[in-house]
Amino acid sequence: MSTANALKPSQRMKIPRAKSAEQDAHERACNFLEVALGFSVEQALSEATRCLECKDPVCMTGCPVNVDIRSFLQLMMVEDYAGAVRKIRESNYLPAICGRVCPQETQCEAVCTMGKKHEPVAIGKLERFVADYESLRGLFVPPAGAPQRAEKVAIVGSGPSGLTCAAELAQKGYQVTVFEALHEVGGVLRYGIPEFRLPRTVLDMEIGRVKDLGVEILTNFVVGMTATLDELMDTWGFSAIYLGTGAGSPSFMEIPGEGLIGVYSANEFLTRVNLMRAYAFPDTDTPVRIGKHVAVIGGGNTAMDAVRTSLRLGAEKAYLVYRRSRTEMPARDEEIHHAEEEGVEFLLLTNPLRILGNEKHEVRGMECQRMELGEPDSSGRRKPVPIPGSEFVLEVETVIEAVGQSPNPIVQSTTPGLKTGRKGVVEVGEKQETSRRGVFAGGDLSRGGATVILAMKDGKTAAAAIDEYLNGKRDLVVVAPETAVPQTARS
Amino acid sequence: MFKIREKEFLSPTIARFVIEAPFIAPKRKPGNFVILRVSERGERIPITLVDSDPGAGTVTLIVQGIGKTTKELLTKNVGDAIPDVVGPLGKPTPIHTNETIVCVGGGVGTAELLPITRALHAAGNIVYSIVGARSRDLIILEQEMAAASDELFMTTDDGSYGRKGFVTDQLRDLLTSRKVDTVYAIGPLPMMKAVSGVTKDAGVKTVVSLNALMVDGTGMCGGCRVSVGGKMRFACVDGPEFNAHEVDFDELIIRNRSYSEHERESVQRFEESHACQARGAEVAP
Ligand SMILES: Cc1cc2nc3c(=O)[nH]c(=O)nc-3n(C[C@H](O)[C@H](O)[C@H](O)COP(=O)(O)OP(=O)(O)OC[C@H]3O[C@@H](n4cnc5c(N)ncnc54)[C@H](O)[C@@H]3O)c2cc1C
Ligand code: FES
Repeated sequence: MSTANALKPSQRMKIPRAKSAEQDAHERACNFLEVALGFSVEQALSEATRCLECKDPVCMTGCPVNVDIRSFLQLMMVEDYAGAVRKIRESNYLPAICGRVCPQETQCEAVCTMGKKHEPVAIGKLERFVADYESLRGLFVPPAGAPQRAEKVAIVGSGPSGLTCAAELAQKGYQVTVFEALHEVGGVLRYGIPEFRLPRTVLDMEIGRVKDLGVEILTNFVVGMTATLDELMDTWGFSAIYLGTGAGSPSFMEIPGEGLIGVYSANEFLTRVNLMRAYAFPDTDTPVRIGKHVAVIGGGNTAMDAVRTSLRLGAEKAYLVYRRSRTEMPARDEEIHHAEEEGVEFLLLTNPLRILGNEKHEVRGMECQRMELGEPDSSGRRKPVPIPGSEFVLEVETVIEAVGQSPNPIVQSTTPGLKTGRKGVVEVGEKQETSRRGVFAGGDLSRGGATVILAMKDGKTAAAAIDEYLNGKRDLVVVAPETAVPQTARS
Repeated sequence: MFKIREKEFLSPTIARFVIEAPFIAPKRKPGNFVILRVSERGERIPITLVDSDPGAGTVTLIVQGIGKTTKELLTKNVGDAIPDVVGPLGKPTPIHTNETIVCVGGGVGTAELLPITRALHAAGNIVYSIVGARSRDLIILEQEMAAASDELFMTTDDGSYGRKGFVTDQLRDLLTSRKVDTVYAIGPLPMMKAVSGVTKDAGVKTVVSLNALMVDGTGMCGGCRVSVGGKMRFACVDGPEFNAHEVDFDELIIRNRSYSEHERESVQRFEESHACQARGAEVAP
């Protein structure tokens, strides 16, 4: 496309990066409504105009699924917002979600040319804008699909990885069924990420778009238990299977006191609140215990979500306890920033030693120790070492641990011949193929915990490989277990 | 939606349901459970799969009205549907052969014990069963347990039926009079703890099924964690059956009280709004 923008690069550089309106920090810390309100049409247009339309759009390479960012921004410049989102959907079927939860600051926006001297173009917020624009105005048209195929493909898990693989395969004409263990669809997007970051309506809308492609979704179905992989292939007649069962099994610190009343994994805490709507108890039936003082352990997105949720449930004081320093925190910048604004107290370089209870075995405190940064460890991050004599007790009534997770165990333990590595991570090759013929895997299940967009990328890669596989190249994409490449986890 | 085909009260607060669940029915094994939700605002609770009929595509559940969810379930009738039932979950019971086994059931735990007793008996083991309850009107499944056992002993705390006393009294006698290889015990936690104490002294291997609080039932939340042999295990995927002698019962008893106040509030609200149905359930048998 030729330049759609009349402004010279020097003029574009003078336009300040648009700031999305946000709910007031004090107000929002008491509600579950979305924090970021998104761009107005004027803001969006002005922001899109900042794009320098580089000949070599490096932003595209910064995006794990290579969204054609330049083209979608050019469509925005001519105010074709619906066209812009259609352009995104060619490579990313869940734009309203990614626009809200992707770590753009380490991906597309990190390499944006404008960002070298000025602030990068707000690509994530623009992605969200066009997706919302389309849905608010009812402009969605399902992409034209390929002719129907006879083969049935099973997708296990309805997280972003499974949904993406399903959408891709449905567009290629396959009969796709998604099996989901929980009673609702979406994986972490449903039970983990809170509504103040990703409203239910947005998630429902995106899932609706996947269903519009003809994808069937069966909830309350635990693959491995309700039917094994072999049964899906032999009795149910599926020709290929994609496993996107995620890494939901929580780790604990394994310190004394974890059996006390008031200790949660972040997954349990967030599931109670998001999936089971414990915030509305007793109008809903699932309770959650929230103390006046809450300590959340960890530094990732999960920890941020748990600590900010605690405030919204009425905690007067919410601490985030993290072993390392701020620069090592894996959470998205925006979430850290929002947590601070909302009044979360960060206890950095602080390591929990044990949880203390009262005579009723309810949490009353957590003993911690101060740390300092030592030599870099194998991950290149400086290793925290304890400062002797620095122990202190934090008075809290709720402790929430967000210290990592490993793959959901059921499929691995019920599928003979499925090769797994450390912590039950399923080993895959370049095309997401596993050691079982016709079975592909990706997302957190093969990465051990990553991001929404990487989970989606794996789903896309697998869909292409499944297509290849079903088109007769059955040997081409099946690696022997020995040559399966384990992927490393990113926490 | 999972439609209720049959409903029958076994005692004033315990009912048996036969529910349409065509995918679960052929896959059920003794020891498995399901997680269900009674309404769109409902919580997820585990219930043991007592039986199934793969041909008819149905499963049998036996439910005692204790909390809000179980009380609400008891108000459901034939033709009503349960929105969510997922399973079978949990590791099935490993079925031994050529053993002498004592199966001990307390209260509604007897319903959970029945499929295991049946399977052990069918596998050719010698099975003695002890079924206990507080009083006569709380005894369930006596005939079914009798049919699945070589000998059945009944106890009630108040002596209104069978032997007066606890299941542990009967168990002690059995362990001294006969050579027993394994004991299975399912019932309230204090009962399982007491049984475990008795068999530990006698040096008899014992298996219990732990009724931890659960949310997902697939190993995803850790809410069902229990300490077994000093290690953290998730009851839903690593269990629900564990070696009784390694279980930290006290910790589980405490953890299961986490929401007792919430539960009281929930039950109270429910009973106020369902006064007539709740009473209906009581007069039904
Ligand atoms: C609280 C939290 C916040 C996060 N925030 C961000 C963020 O801001 N940005 C970001 O990029 N990433 C974030 N992440 C990480 C991101 O959510 C995950 O990387 C991503 O969801 C992985 O997708 P997935 O499809 O592989 O698995 P999941 O989303 O975990 O979905 C797996 C699904 O499979 C189902 N399942 C499991 N076993 C079975 C079975 N046997 N049969 C049937 N179904 C089964 C599960 O119930 C689940 O629904 C966050 C994670 C958490 C926990
Ligand atoms: S119920 Fe959630 S892990 Fe067992």
